[in-house]
Amino acid sequence: MSVAIGTACPICAGAVDTPDDVMLGELLDCDECGSELEVTQLAPGLELTEAPMCAEDWGE
Amino acid sequence: MVCTGVRAEEKMLAAAFSARDVELHVVDDRTIHGDLGSWPETLPQVDAVLLRSKSHWRNVVIARWLESLGGCPINESRVIETCGDKVLTTLALLKEGVPTLGASLAFAIPGAEMTAEAIGYPLVVKPVIGSWGRLVGKVNDPDALDLVLDHKAALGGAPHTVTYLQRFVETGGQDIRSFVVDGRCIAAIARTSEGWKTNTALGAKATGLELDSELISASEAAALAVGGGIVAVDLFETDDGYLVNEVNATMEFRNSVDTTGVDIPGVIADYVLGEAEAAPAEGPRA
Repeated sequence: MSVAIGTACPICAGAVDTPDDVMLGELLDCDECGSELEVTQLAPGLELTEAPMCAEDWGE
Repeated sequence: MVCTGVRAEEKMLAAAFSARDVELHVVDDRTIHGDLGSWPETLPQVDAVLLRSKSHWRNVVIARWLESLGGCPINESRVIETCGDKVLTTLALLKEGVPTLGASLAFAIPGAEMTAEAIGYPLVVKPVIGSWGRLVGKVNDPDALDLVLDHKAALGGAPHTVTYLQRFVETGGQDIRSFVVDGRCIAAIARTSEGWKTNTALGAKATGLELDSELISASEAAALAVGGGIVAVDLFETDDGYLVNEVNATMEFRNSVDTTGVDIPGVIADYVLGEAEAAPAEGPRA
């Protein structure tokens, strides 16, 4: 699992836009590589982790 | 609120609860654990729990767990179970006389081939459990059916031992999704795609749709058939009127608030708060 501290994508190191009201657990997309990322820590520094892969029973 | 990460929908719901001065606990389903005879660890003992896990099975078992302890999951386990299993959905719709596309089942290749001949080509094969259009296949002829059945066998797993088949409805790449909360149809969108699948998860475009009495009636009847709560109903508009295709118990609505002008997360928040107020005063058993 790829993890990065800050707003760099843990997959491609591109800059990830994070909203001002970002929430713990929020799912973000990296505009550069398209990876889905999860905010796994807010403080002391933002931590972004590659989000889990879609499972067979996921959905609406 | 229990969820698997915070998507746009959960963030909109959090804002809706915040606007109502309600303290919302957001709990990731991956942190939940504990003895089945006790309230789950990491989950506060609250009056109502809005279940928003991405996983169908997790939503079902958490709902059953909470219900066994007198808790108030939303949706109820019976609603989640029925909506998450296409066979149960179809049976519920048929039982209540809701206008539906219907479906057929087969359990082995010869039965599937005979069923397909009876339905006629093209037809659609879907996994019994699954969403977002995954592994939903349009089958144009017997050769394609054999290929799909081979793939299902190769994939393995209990759900693929059942083949769920529906006739293909030519809609020009458009279907309708309506939103029903507490028995009331509050909004609807048309989903338009360049292909035949109309899931917004696959890029279909959502546009607001004016509600008419027939659409309201079919949507509310479908919601009632699966047990009520908070559901999204997928329908086809046909020469025979609206036909219900599927019902979803953990609906996504990020593309449907601006397009309909309806505050869907606000309506959901109000419903959850109403259910919480109606919950037993003594609260769930620890």
